[in-house]
Amino acid sequence: MVQFTLPKNSRITVGKTWPKPEGANRLKRFNIYRYDPESGLNPRLDTYWIDLDKCGPMVLDALNKIKNEIDPTLTFRRSCREGICGSCAMVIDGGNHLACIYGIDEVAGDINIYPLPHMPVVKDLVPDLTHFYAQHASVNPYLITETPTPPKEWRQSIEDRKKLDGLYECILCACCSTSCPSYWWNGDKYLGPAALLHAYRWIIDSRDEATGERLDQLEDPFKLYRCHTIMNCTNTCPKGLNPAKAIGAIKHMMVDRVV
Amino acid sequence: MRYITPRKAAMGLGAAGPSTGTQHHWTMTVTSVALVVLTPAFLLVIGRAIGLPREGVLVYFSQPYPAIVTALFLIVGMYHFVKGTRIMIDDYLDHTERKVAIIFSEMFGWAVIAAAVYALARMALSAVIV
Repeated sequence: MVQFTLPKNSRITVGKTWPKPEGANRLKRFNIYRYDPESGLNPRLDTYWIDLDKCGPMVLDALNKIKNEIDPTLTFRRSCREGICGSCAMVIDGGNHLACIYGIDEVAGDINIYPLPHMPVVKDLVPDLTHFYAQHASVNPYLITETPTPPKEWRQSIEDRKKLDGLYECILCACCSTSCPSYWWNGDKYLGPAALLHAYRWIIDSRDEATGERLDQLEDPFKLYRCHTIMNCTNTCPKGLNPAKAIGAIKHMMVDRVV
Repeated sequence: MRYITPRKAAMGLGAAGPSTGTQHHWTMTVTSVALVVLTPAFLLVIGRAIGLPREGVLVYFSQPYPAIVTALFLIVGMYHFVKGTRIMIDDYLDHTERKVAIIFSEMFGWAVIAAAVYALARMALSAVIV
């Protein structure tokens, strides 16, 4: 359900300002959301200063530098550092981005960093994505067939394979779903752009034999039709995918079934 | 605290099934397309009635084209309103509030349709009687 104000225990307070590095010529200020649910304290915004001459070019480089050299308690997810794993998705400069492929120089002023919006926070920049992953699993993201498995392979034409381009590349970083107001308000029922993009990836797969059952699972005012084509998902996807287009295609298929 | 698995929470009560989401989506599409035609037609009809004396308006709306266009615009428009309001209610309200809002929205929409049809019929018939 919609909430226009933050709960009292989620309101952000002023945090600690760490000292500037000495002798630095190019300083950049990072304001970073800090929250530890076990502390019982409200979230705060800590300020760190980074010498850009001694830091890599990406926001993740700065976060690593802060954790390694300034404040080891700063918590965030990261792994591949090249936009493949989706671990370091967070709000940077007001938008959902992957810290590893978002350049520090892309932000003109201070860099404000928060965890992905409207998700429970495990600690600092780490959101709880349990429900998000369960929704992905609920669309059965794997090949379903009734025909006995052929001895060699499931064949697919080049044209049908091309239909999967722009879909299979999704890395489940959750940038799209957590940028969607419909997902904020009704995330318990609405599957969100990421899960629906994955649902479409299997609906449109020429080898899959559960197309009808997959569409049946989405025949619901909330699971699919909470999408109002706001397009935040497409706007924010760090992989350049178009979940809104995939959702639109599912709606077309739904209508084709009844009209 | 509910000890349910994340998968159970994600599945919820399952999909609502036929005649729910897609039917609503298609109804909104059809009424939207209809209103693209009906809205300018209604504005033209109303525009021609402006400035007429009372008897002139009664005679005007007793003619088939103005009466039918006005009736269609009001019925389709309010039906579209009811269905569109449902989208907002589903977005922003929950539980009992959602159910109560849907009931009042439907009642309001159909009440306006009934009043409009009654008013149109009365105008058309009174002109005929006159």
